[in-house]
Order: sequence, then structure tokens, then C-alpha cells
Amino acid sequence: MKLSLGPVLYYWMREALMDFYAGIADSGVDIVYLGEVVCSRRHNLRLDDWLGLARDLSAGGKQVVLSSQALIESESDLKALRRIAANGDFTVEANEMGAVRLLTGRVPFVAGPHLNIYNNETLAWFAELGATRYVLPLELSRDTLRELQAQRPEGMQTEVFAYGRMPLAFSARCFTARHHDLPKDDCQFRCLDDADGLALQTREHTPFLTLNGIQTQSALVYDLSDSIEELRSLGVDVARISPQSTNMLAIIESFRERCAGRPGASLDGLRVAPPCNGYWYGVPGMEYRAPA
Amino acid sequence: MTSTVVTLCDPRTFCKPVSPTRIVSIPELVCPAGNLPSLKTAVDNGADWVYMGFKDETNARNFAGLNFDAASAGEGLRYAHAAGAKMLLAINTFPQGQAAPRWQRAIDGAADLGIDAVILADAGLMRYAAERHPRLRLHLSVQTSATNYEAINFYHERFGISRAVLPRVLSLAQVADVVKNTPVPIEVFGFGSLCVMVEGRCALSSYVTGESPNTRGVCSPAKAVRWEKHGETLDARLNGILIDRFAAGENAGYPTLCKGRFNVEDETYYAIEEPSSLNAMALLPELANIGIAAIKIEGRQRSPAYVAAVTRIWRAAIDAHARNPARFAVQADWANGLARVAEGQQHTLGAYHRKWK
Repeated sequence: MKLSLGPVLYYWMREALMDFYAGIADSGVDIVYLGEVVCSRRHNLRLDDWLGLARDLSAGGKQVVLSSQALIESESDLKALRRIAANGDFTVEANEMGAVRLLTGRVPFVAGPHLNIYNNETLAWFAELGATRYVLPLELSRDTLRELQAQRPEGMQTEVFAYGRMPLAFSARCFTARHHDLPKDDCQFRCLDDADGLALQTREHTPFLTLNGIQTQSALVYDLSDSIEELRSLGVDVARISPQSTNMLAIIESFRERCAGRPGASLDGLRVAPPCNGYWYGVPGMEYRAPA
Repeated sequence: MTSTVVTLCDPRTFCKPVSPTRIVSIPELVCPAGNLPSLKTAVDNGADWVYMGFKDETNARNFAGLNFDAASAGEGLRYAHAAGAKMLLAINTFPQGQAAPRWQRAIDGAADLGIDAVILADAGLMRYAAERHPRLRLHLSVQTSATNYEAINFYHERFGISRAVLPRVLSLAQVADVVKNTPVPIEVFGFGSLCVMVEGRCALSSYVTGESPNTRGVCSPAKAVRWEKHGETLDARLNGILIDRFAAGENAGYPTLCKGRFNVEDETYYAIEEPSSLNAMALLPELANIGIAAIKIEGRQRSPAYVAAVTRIWRAAIDAHARNPARFAVQADWANGLARVAEGQQHTLGAYHRKWK
């Protein structure tokens, strides 16, 4: 089973991103997803910068995939999307159907986690369109995955989101700007302050969600590190780790060990928040089942 | 084509010339029917279309006591057709794993009954419907999350969809841009409970309760709600998570999880969205001008009284606008009538208004 690093979902300074990926170049991940998935206003890295980074990582032996934006609203969003789709060098992860249209019949692509591939018929359709890998929607369970795997189209790889705060929802509204009482069009890029998102708690101080611009994430960290053997037995090809601002290399190393069948280091103390894994077991996503 | 001179218009709807170079479409009115009494009252009050669902998880209002079996659907269809209205079946959830055959039977049922169109969200189901029932008209559900014309045109090319319902995330200018660039007639939400998230892209409910709109056709399901009274305060919980806490005298609304008050950096407020309703009536002239084919009213879970009031008022507004677009204004009794039935007693223009974002 391969390990992938998902796109950075937060907005970091250019130097921070460059340092982060310099570390990733020497890490144990096989596949690196690059690009801005959440907000078109974020511009510390432009497409040419992402492509440069992609070439560097690729030269270092990583398989690089460019991730497209999950919510496309405007003509300028579409313009940026067309450039990504036509980049000519790197595979693209389509995160909404506009990207699928631009890629179909032209190049093989990755069907991202937000495309709602919930059943075998839809998966078969994506295979015909040219998808060679798909990412299981976050809210689906191992039981559903087993059914999907049983009738998986030939040549289709399966990727499972296995670590990180979960991107649970997208909106036209920027919740970070709303928190700072700023209009979205003049957000002053306040999301730069929150390297791992802005914590939202209930009124009795239970960590609940994470605000990341127009994206809402779980407060808890989805963690399937104790289920790596099960992922492998289900025929999963790729386990995805979603970036956080700290301890990333140690987390990757632990996953690497587990993928090799060895007991990796405990992730306790490495996560940015306590773990959850309810979705995997078909129960509320925020729940956590400790390994037996 | 420029947006200021000529607007697109669904050829199936009536278009009224208002000047030699300009036509304004008269949007059709699409109203919710959670049950037969609601369906009849929607038709009686002037709905052009009524939309309903079967009594199971194939639709996104899978609530106890709601929806139709084959017999009541047949009766509803006869009632609608007798009055010149059309009926839509919403099959707008996503079958999981190998479960699609149950959803396919719902599509077969719609075709057998002669329902005028089905609203679909899942691509596999669209393909099934297009192949097995080529005469069955397909509408792209808002749950498909198709927010741009590339996405909508793709569904059009592949499955021949006849209409697309836009997620409630676009500004008016963005809606106009979609209309200009697609042959598919566009339907937008005009009134009702407001999803602040892109529809079809929200798993908040399953994160808390295990059930979501995509998987089970529910959001913040009632069975997960618990009300707790502590002295003067009332707590509203969803599977144990405190969604809101109401002081004495505060109006305690249903704990839809994105509409509660939460703490962010020690500030307590509606961090995601206030408990308000969408009301786009003031934008009716703009929506007609940009060539919107239909306006949808949310609320299959609401009472027949709600359906009656909202349908009657929107019918009056659309008719008044069609008669004299230049003189259109929202009348006070319409606004008051809608305010009385709105969730949270508060109105917003939602994403149509750029500032909301």
C-alpha cells in the first residue's frame, strides 16, 4: 500500500509551504497532492509556483498530482481550473464535476474525495470517464468500501483518507472572515493566523469543528493508523495523510512503518487534536474506537 | 449573447416580450409536497410543479410521517394533472455500495406512474434513468453540487438533463453567468430553510449523528435531538453535542447543527449561520431578467398551511411581475405572510447578495 500526502488545506505563508515541502521531499510518502483546494483568494503560491514545486518533487521520485478547487463559483475560478486541467505534465485530482468535464476524454485523472462516488454504478461510470484512482468519500464506512471493492472496475485504484482533520463541508461563506467581522472580499487573509484552522467549541467548551475559510472541518483528527492492516486486506492502494502544521514527518514515518507491517510509533502527542474514527465503523464520525 | 439585451428563456415556458429587443422569462413555481394534503394545497394555490418523495431513504426529506407510497403518488399525480400542474419525484440521496437497485426501483416507479420528471443527485442513477427510461425527464438535484456551467453542461451532454437546480452558494451575477453559458434551464431556490453549506457536500450531520443528507436523506435527525431543562435555561443537544443554549424567553429553535451558537476564540455567536430563512422575492425581477426557468420553494417537511401560504404569495408575486415587470414591488402583505411562516422569523437574501458571504 502506498502513502499519499493530501493537499495542504490551510493557508500558510509561502516560506512555510516551501519549508514544509522541502521536508516532504525526503519523507516516506509516495504520492504528493499539490494545489489550493479551498479558496481562490489564497495566492501565496500561484499555479506556476505549484508547478515548479511539482517538478522538484517529481524529480526527487514522488508521484505528483495537482488537486483542483472543490467549489468553483466564478469565471475566474474556471479559468484557473482550465489551466490546471491542461497543464500537460501532471495528473489532476478532480474535486468537482467541472474539472471532470475538462479532463474526460483527454487524460486519466484522480476522482477526489468530494465527487460523491458512493456506489458501484457511479464508480464504474468514473472509470469509463478516465478516472484511474478514486478517493472514498469521508463519511463512508469500511462495510461500504468492501462492497465497492468487490465490484471495482479494472484499473481503478482506491485511496482512503486515513489521517487528518476531515473536510466535512464547503460553503460560499467564509467563516474565518465572518468570525473577524470582515467581508469575504476584504478578508485580509486572516486565515493565515490559523495554521491548523480556527477552533470552534460548543458552549460547554467541547472541541467540535474547525473553521478553515469556506471549509468546515472536524475538530478531531481522523486516524486510521490502527487499521492499516485492514485497509490492506480490503485491497486499498493508497492511504492519504492530510497535512497539519507540526509533527508531519514523524506521523508519516509511523504510517510508513505500519504499512511495512511493523508497529509504528504511537501518534499520541503528535496529532493536533484527539483522534476519531467513527466513519470507518459506520457510526457517527466524531466517535472513536480504540484498537482491540 | 450579452446579458443586458436578450435573456435565455426555457422554450417550454411562456416568454413575454417587454421591448423589441428584450424578453423576460416567467419563472415556473416549484412547490414542496410532503404529503397528499400539501400537494393538493400547492396545486390549488397555483404551483406549476409540485415535488415529492417516496417513503424511504431515496429522498432527502426522509422524515417519519412524511412522503408518498405508490397509491398516494398516483392520486397526487392525477390531482396535479387535472389542474394542469406537473409532478416531480425527488430521488436525491446517494445509494451506498451495492444498494443502487432500491433507488433504481424508485426510478422505475416514477416512470410507471407517469411522473413528469425525476430529480436525481447520483450519477449512476442518472445513467440508469437515461438508459432505461429515455423518455423520463431528468432534473439535476441541488445535491449534485453543480455550481458552474462546465459541471451542468457535462451532465447535459452525458444524460440529457432538462433542468438543473443551483446550490444556494452563488451570487446573482454568478447565477447569470451560469444561465448565459448553458443550454440547460436553471432553477433556483426562492424561499425556505437555508443550507449555508454547498448541498451534497456537507457531512456535518453524519459526523455528529451518523446520518446525513447524502446517506440517509436527513440533516440533524429528530431522533438524535435531546432537550434538557436546567433551571431557567434550555439546552438543545444533538447526539450529546450542545448545539444551543436558550435563556428564559428566548425562542428555542430546532437544533440544526449549523445554526447553533458556538464559541470561537471566547466569543459566543452563530458562528456558521443564524436560524434564518432564505427569501429572494425582492430579487424576482433580476431572476426573471437573467432567464431563470423556475423558482423552488423549500419545505417538504413543513405543514400544508405553510405550503398554502408560500405558494399563494409567490404565485401572486410571479403573476404581478409578469403583468408589469417595471412596476414590480414586494407588497407588504406578501412580506408579512412570508415572515409569519419563516424559520427563525428572520429573512436573508443568502448568497445572492454578495455581502452574505
